[in-house]
Order: sequence, then C-alpha cells, then structure tokens
Amino acid sequence: MPTQSRHAQSGNRLRTANHGHGGRQRDQRSHRAALHSGTRRTHGQLCGLKAPRVTAANFHNENTNFRRRSEEINNKRLRGSVTQNISLSDHRHVQGDTELNGQPPSTRVIQAEDDDDEELTLKYGAKHVIMLFVPVTLCMVVVVATIKSVSFYTQNDGQQLIYTPFREDTETVGQRALNSILNAAIMISVIVVMTLILVLLYKYRCYKVIHGWLFISSLLLLFFFSFIYLGEVFKTYNVAMDYLTLAVIIWNFGVVGMICIHWKGPLRLQQAYLIMISALMALVFIKYLPEWTAWLILAVISVYDLLAVLCPKGPLRILVETAQERDEPIFPALIYSSVPDQQAEDDGGFTTSWVGQQQHQLGNLQSTEDTRREIQGMPSARGVKLGLGDFIFYSMLVGKASAAASGDWNTTLACFVAILIGLCLTLLLLAIFKKALPALPISITFGLVFYFATDNLVRPFMDQLAVHQFYI
Amino acid sequence: MTVAVFFGCAFIAFGPALALFIFTIARDPLRVIILIAGAFFWLLSLLLSSLVWFIAVKASRQEEATAQKGLLIFGVMFSVVLQEVFRFAYYRLLRKANEGLAAISEENLSPISIRQMAYVAGLGFGIMSGAFSMINILSDSLGPGTVGIFGDSQYYFITSAFMTLAMTLLHTFWGVVFFDSCERNRWWAVAVVLSLHLLVSGLVSPSPSHRSRAVRTHNTCADKRP
Repeated sequence: MPTQSRHAQSGNRLRTANHGHGGRQRDQRSHRAALHSGTRRTHGQLCGLKAPRVTAANFHNENTNFRRRSEEINNKRLRGSVTQNISLSDHRHVQGDTELNGQPPSTRVIQAEDDDDEELTLKYGAKHVIMLFVPVTLCMVVVVATIKSVSFYTQNDGQQLIYTPFREDTETVGQRALNSILNAAIMISVIVVMTLILVLLYKYRCYKVIHGWLFISSLLLLFFFSFIYLGEVFKTYNVAMDYLTLAVIIWNFGVVGMICIHWKGPLRLQQAYLIMISALMALVFIKYLPEWTAWLILAVISVYDLLAVLCPKGPLRILVETAQERDEPIFPALIYSSVPDQQAEDDGGFTTSWVGQQQHQLGNLQSTEDTRREIQGMPSARGVKLGLGDFIFYSMLVGKASAAASGDWNTTLACFVAILIGLCLTLLLLAIFKKALPALPISITFGLVFYFATDNLVRPFMDQLAVHQFYI
Repeated sequence: MTVAVFFGCAFIAFGPALALFIFTIARDPLRVIILIAGAFFWLLSLLLSSLVWFIAVKASRQEEATAQKGLLIFGVMFSVVLQEVFRFAYYRLLRKANEGLAAISEENLSPISIRQMAYVAGLGFGIMSGAFSMINILSDSLGPGTVGIFGDSQYYFITSAFMTLAMTLLHTFWGVVFFDSCERNRWWAVAVVLSLHLLVSGLVSPSPSHRSRAVRTHNTCADKRP
C-alpha cells in the first residue's frame, strides 16, 4: 500500500511537474547551466558533458554512494524540487468551498485564487472561463440528451420527493400556486437546515461525520442512481442485459468513482465522474419535482445563494472563512476543480539533512516563484473551482427547459447561452473582487428570464417565421 | 425523412460555421467568449423584437390573415433593425473591452484586434441566427413524415438548410463590414449593411418560391464576400 500510494503520489507530482512541460525543461537546463558555471571544473574532461556528470563529480567528493545513481537522482531531485516548490507556492491558494453532494444541495461558491499579480489573473481569466464552460456544457449536454431520449425522466409517475409533499394536479390554478409555494418553502428550509448543520459540524471539527455523510451520499449516487439510469437507457434502446454483466458494470463504475472522488485519481477521470454525478442528480430533480415547484425552487435558491455567501453571517461565508483560517481545503469531493489540488508533501526519499547538506555545498538550487516565472514567461497553473451544486442547478434548468418547453429546441438553446453568459459574468466579478462568490444568482436569473421569454414570446414568432420562410 | 436528411441538412446549414469555429476560434478562449457573447446579444435583440411583435399581435384583430401577415412583416423589419442596433451596442462594448485588455496587458497591446473581434462577433450572430432558424426543422427531420405531402414544396428542408447557411455567412460578413465602417466613421456603409439585411430578410414574395429566394440570397452572399 505505501508503495502504491507513493507511486500514485509521484504520478500526481509528475503530472503537476509536466504541466507547462516546456517550462520545466528550460528550468532544468537553466539549473544545469548554473551548475556548470558554479563548478570548479576539477575534471576538465567533463566540461562538455551534460550536467548530471558534473554534479556527480561534486557528489563524488562527498559521498560515493551517489555516483552510482547520479543521473537518476539528479533528474528526480530537479523534478522533485520543482514540484515541491509548486506545491509550496500553491499553498497560497485560498481554498474553501462547500457543497452538499447528493442531497438537496444548498449553495455553492466559486473559489478565488489568491494572486497578487492582478494582471496575470485577468489575462488568464479567459482561460479559466473556458475551463468552466466545457464541463458545464458537457453536463448540460448529458442531461438534455437523456431527457430527449429516455422518456422515464419526463414521465409523471405520481411519485414525488418527500421534501415536496404537496401535489400540483389540483383543480384550480390558485391551489396549484399555493401548493408549489409550500413545496418550495419546505425544500428551501430543508436545504438551509442542512447547510447550517454542515457549517456547525465543520466549525466543531466533526470531520468524520461530514466525511461519512459525503461518502454515503456519493455511494448512493454512484451505485443506486446510476443503476436506475442505466436500466432506463437499456429499456429505451431495447438492449437485452443480464444482471451479472450489469452488476459487474455498476460495481466497477461505482468503485472507481468512489476512489477518484474521495481519494486520488487522474484529474480528467475525477472531473468526468463529478460531471456524471451532477447530471444524475439534476435528472433526479427534473423527474421528481413538479413543474411550478421546480421553477420556484430555482428562483428561491439563487436568492438564498446570494444571501448565504455574501452576508456577513451567511452560513457559507462562515464556512469559507473558517476554512481559510484553518488553511485547509473543504470537501474536495464536492467541488469541481479545473487543476489538480495540491499534492501531499512527499520528500521522495531525500531527507532534510541531505537536502540541507546539498544546499550548503551547491547553493540554493531550488527554483523560486520569480525565477520560474522569468524563465517560463507565464505563471504556474492556477485553476478555478466551481461547486457541484452549481452544475446541478444549471443542468436542472436546461433540462427542465428541454423537457417542458413543448419540444422546442430554441428554448433549450436560449437557456444554455444565458447560463453560460451568467457564468462568464460571475467569473468576471470573481476576477475583480477576488473572493468567494455565489455562482447561481446571475446565471439562474438569466436562465429563468430567457426560458419564460423564449417559450412564450419567441417561440410563436419563430414558428410564424418558419412557416412563411422568413430568415432574420 | 431519414438520418441521412438530418445529417445532410445539418452539415449544409452548419458545416462552414462549424469549420470556422474549429479552425479559428476554438483554440483561443477569448474568442470563444466573444462568440458566445455575440450569440447572447443576438438573442437579446430577438427577445425584444418578439416582445414587440407579440404585443402587436395581441392588440390587433386576430382573425384576419392579411393583417397577421402584415404584422409579421413589420415584426421582421423591426427585428432586423433591432439586430443592427444590438450589433452596434456590441461593437461599443467590445471597443471598451479592447481598451481594457490593452491597458492590463504587459506591452499595452490587446491580445485581439478589433477586426478579429468583428469576425468573431459576426459569426456569433450568424450561428445563433442559424441555430434558431434551423434546429427545430432538424429535429423534425429525424422523425417520421413526408415533406410537402399536402402540396407544399418538397424541398423545404434543403432550402431551409441553404438559407440558414447563407444567413450565417451573411451575418459574419456584415459583422466585419459593420465594425470596420464604425471604426472609420463611414456611416453610409453601416446604412448599406442595414439595408442589405432588410433586403435579404424581406425577400419574400406572396407565393413563396423557395428555390428562387435561396438563389437571390446566395447572390447577395457572393457579392458581400470581402
């Protein structure tokens, strides 16, 4: 196990090290150049040879052990030092976000990266926007594709969540409105209560309870909901499947998902799993929330998001600030991150005494933020984080738009563009204010406005234009 | 109607736009954002113009077909004018953003020029316009049915696809010409763009002959190519 974890860790480190691969290579070459100029050239014939031999010559004076594996150690050390510096500098990242995974999620915030170099932050802002556009788009595409093809998620089975007990198939419109308001109120209070419990648990350091809760909810999502989803997809496409194969598939999918999300895994796989569970959760909401309740919940939750994140006594703000004080990441299982999180410190076998001794002889070989920036001409990889609740509610809005809007694709497209623009504006605000911001309000507002406007105003207009073959 | 019709019409309508997107826009995050914002501005203009049309329809007598047709033509003209207004608004926004980008960059050079932005903005308008015109038709083409079984033209899907293609490209060209003439204060060129847009959108004869309309629009398209 320890070796496996070491291997995984080194795999992770190498991934970080290879990010901006060209830069690292230049880095190593510059280090070798420094070594070249710094050595005493006692062995003249070694001048023209590559750096490892030169450093080996120096080591030879002190410790013969190193000569045998000089090249290997040198490369590993350079890589290790570079990655160590990255992980050290990334400590400065402000981490702190929260989301309740499976259950009725409360709200989410976006991470601001602590960056004193504002110019570079804004310059790479466009890249961060795209880093979030792609997963949000993928999640929405999955949800819309499922809604349009698998009829299960648009069927009204008469079942509803226990959080929304009032039915909407009443006689009068007034009764329906009242029921939906009550449903939304119950749901929102459940969400508020859960958020408060989460914040309290976090504040009083009951990490085990929180981790257990998250573990169970992602277990539910990865096994049970995906089993149902797969079953419905097979039914739609009339695929014959035996239970044994299905069990093997679901088992593998679920276990790999749990490992990727809660422990370690390749970044892309982790991102893919987070997108998939967000899509599954959004589909559950689309199926089990009645029509008016769903829209009301979306509206109220974006207001709640705004209050919870920005008000001084808001629970999410307290959560973020507590996490910042303790300087630890919150629940990496609940946040979509565009770059790998900081890896655990692993000295790779080089004890501090050895490193100290080496530094004493050869001077400071470790690259600093400034030297690296100089050489690479760009900052180290900085990412942006978005909570899974955002994914869920965006996809829920677009999915509901495609399910409910009389089969019209224009409405879906309009909501999609509106949500992306809202996300873009939110990230712009993030770049300006540099603190955790709610991601829901702007996007959901735009989404709702465009949904109702497109469905009621634009659709008849476009239909008339299509009939008469007008193109505008 | 088959999958073949679906893919054929889809690629006729969106092939060039997709190719332009993949080869010139997808690599640069800033251009993608400008594209999507352009689509958003077009959408806003459509929203407002359909609001006006909707109010007009509700306020009028709904039984007469000619009145409805007249209102529709009015709606189209108003929509075209509003689109150009929003194009101008987007131009102003991009100008300001360009100055901002130049100010915060190291060498005081914006990473993107106003011409590139004009092209991307035009393409954004075009893609959104094409998508709104074509997507419902495409999704209908996947299902069962026969085109023109009640005596309408059997070429409805193909002509729609070609018209969508033409409009997408036209929007792109109009975007470039519009922004350039705004930069150089050539307001007559802006008026030309507006009138051409009105001309193309208004190319409807009382008894629509789809093929001839498509040909006329494609001629306009060919003339516009810079």
